[in-house]
Amino acid sequence: MRLRQSDPRDVGGPLQPLLSVEGLKKHFPVKGNRFGFEKSPPVRAVDGISFQVSKGETLGVVGESGCGKSTMARLLIRLIEPDEGDVVLDGQLVGAADGISVREMRSQVQMVFQDSYASLNPRLPIEESIAFGPVSDGLSRREALDRAIDLLGQVGLDPRLFVHRYPHELSGGQRQRVNIARALALRPRLLILDEAVSALDKSVEAQVMNLLADLKARFDLTYVFISHDLNVVRYISDKVMVMYLGEVVEIGTVEAIYGAPAHPYTQALLQAQPAMDPANRRKKAPLTGDPPNPIAPPPGCRFHTRCQFAESVCSRAAPSLEALPNADFHQAACHMVIPGSGHSKAPTISES
Amino acid sequence: MSPAPSPLLSIRDLHVKFTSRERTVHAVNGVSLDLARGEVLGLLGESGSGKSVTLRSIQRLLPPRRTSMSGSIMLDGEDVLQMSPKELRAVRGSKVAMIFQEPATAFDPVYTVGQQICETILQHEDVSHSDAEKRALELLELVRIPSAKQRLRAYPHEMSGGMRQRAMIALALSCRPSLLLADEPTTALDATVQIQVLLLLAQLQEELGLSIIFVTHDVGVAIEISSRLAVMYGGQVVESGPLEDVVRNPAHPYTKGLLASTIHGAMRGERLQAIPGSPPNLSSPPTECTFFPRCPIGEARCTHSVPELREVTPLRSARCIKVGERQLEPAE
Repeated sequence: MRLRQSDPRDVGGPLQPLLSVEGLKKHFPVKGNRFGFEKSPPVRAVDGISFQVSKGETLGVVGESGCGKSTMARLLIRLIEPDEGDVVLDGQLVGAADGISVREMRSQVQMVFQDSYASLNPRLPIEESIAFGPVSDGLSRREALDRAIDLLGQVGLDPRLFVHRYPHELSGGQRQRVNIARALALRPRLLILDEAVSALDKSVEAQVMNLLADLKARFDLTYVFISHDLNVVRYISDKVMVMYLGEVVEIGTVEAIYGAPAHPYTQALLQAQPAMDPANRRKKAPLTGDPPNPIAPPPGCRFHTRCQFAESVCSRAAPSLEALPNADFHQAACHMVIPGSGHSKAPTISES
Repeated sequence: MSPAPSPLLSIRDLHVKFTSRERTVHAVNGVSLDLARGEVLGLLGESGSGKSVTLRSIQRLLPPRRTSMSGSIMLDGEDVLQMSPKELRAVRGSKVAMIFQEPATAFDPVYTVGQQICETILQHEDVSHSDAEKRALELLELVRIPSAKQRLRAYPHEMSGGMRQRAMIALALSCRPSLLLADEPTTALDATVQIQVLLLLAQLQEELGLSIIFVTHDVGVAIEISSRLAVMYGGQVVESGPLEDVVRNPAHPYTKGLLASTIHGAMRGERLQAIPGSPPNLSSPPTECTFFPRCPIGEARCTHSVPELREVTPLRSARCIKVGERQLEPAE
């Protein structure tokens, strides 16, 4: 049952990142104006992002609506084709002749969506939904159904009560457990969880979070965990990536991001969280206004229109992700951390 | 402000039942609530707990043919449940106004925001059209919408989510209601926008002396805005009291579980204290404690009848037979 280092699919060894993304880009065309005479610029949903996920790690992805986090998830599993950029799974380039085919990639990468009802076929009993993937992957029907029953037990649903039920006969939390079982049925190595607990009630959310932690240890999984809830991401992640308007603005260990956020947007996101303390309520909103439209993102640093530290350099040049000193792994895309960027708060270039 | 002698709103033993051909849902089962003038009551609960149905009952917004209601909802001394359609129309919007979770669907898409605000004012008050327009402008400025004059002529789809929610607050305040009902108004908003709207509501509440009932499923949001908290479960209020007391020292096992299972800062790596099971199916009226099947301290006698609300301290009550029997143990 367990997939240990002997997993034949582990081609690169423990130090090679399981997932490596380079320059991923997706622009969606927008229909022209209402009469179709003029071409409108595209929505720059994901605009050149790069990151790596190590084996056995959980990468949390946070950002507000429209930042591209869900588009990124769909690009990773090729539900949509990227315009540019590479996705490398354990050293093998996805979709390349000498790499790994999309179909093979999908047997190793699976996804759990936010809407637990929409992601199950309403006309199939849940055992059939779970067995569907393995059967199409070549497993015999008998074996696939046995696996479905085993997985139902693994996700905490008693197979004797649940195998023959239909999705509408389950609660939201139970349905999301079925979706997790369905995602695990192909024995994936990487699970992409796109707001997988966001629609659940708090008391049920905690159950599913505990389940995800158990399954990760039991099946040696790697997670990409996408959420708008910073508390949940902090709880489950090893590394956290913060996105804003299609770009990565900061990435680092969970301690670095929550303990010493370097990008003003990350700081604002953290300060916008409800305080959870009646004696210490928020007095001031860290940002004004809404996130800008990703169709025409501001020039330079995309955050400069809402940033309290913005200077002229911020609207002229786009900052690149820069490693910060004094941390194991922490990068931010802000002129204030790039030595010699021209921002008054930037560090001076050191002689070393 | 001197404390008012009688509460602005007083709900007594409210029951709401929905019937359709397929099934019956006992959505609210004996809710009693008081709201003082100038108070912000947070109504906290999970989906299906009856919090939104309770809120909508106050304006009688539930589909009349499929809903049966009993009990009383006294608003300023008048029972909303006994009002005629004409009386209701006079109350809605002018005395009690409501803001919703999804402002995009609460506005009419084919009229400008300004037209919709003016329409409400003209409906309730005997003023000229130009006076109504002037008031609409003041309202947009009140809710801090930048360049308010242009925004009056904007259609709802031309506004961002946060701006639309501000415009809806302006619409709700257009006839100077004394009671504002808020049904998860910040749930659909981004984190950085949610906090702006919460702070705006808190400011307006103070400036205008509004009373607010704020329905939410989010403990953090409830803590930011409320002065008193009522926790709902299975169509009943299981606990209510001053915000700080309830949050710091919950009396009902459900409140305790809800607070313990809410993920926050320092829980990394810990096992979460989840409440096992799922919320009750409300196809029949409760005959026992609705939380009993999930309760860590339940006993056989919890199933004998629906527990009464018991006083925890003079300002607090909880619907648990164990309240007062033992010293409340700290959650393990």
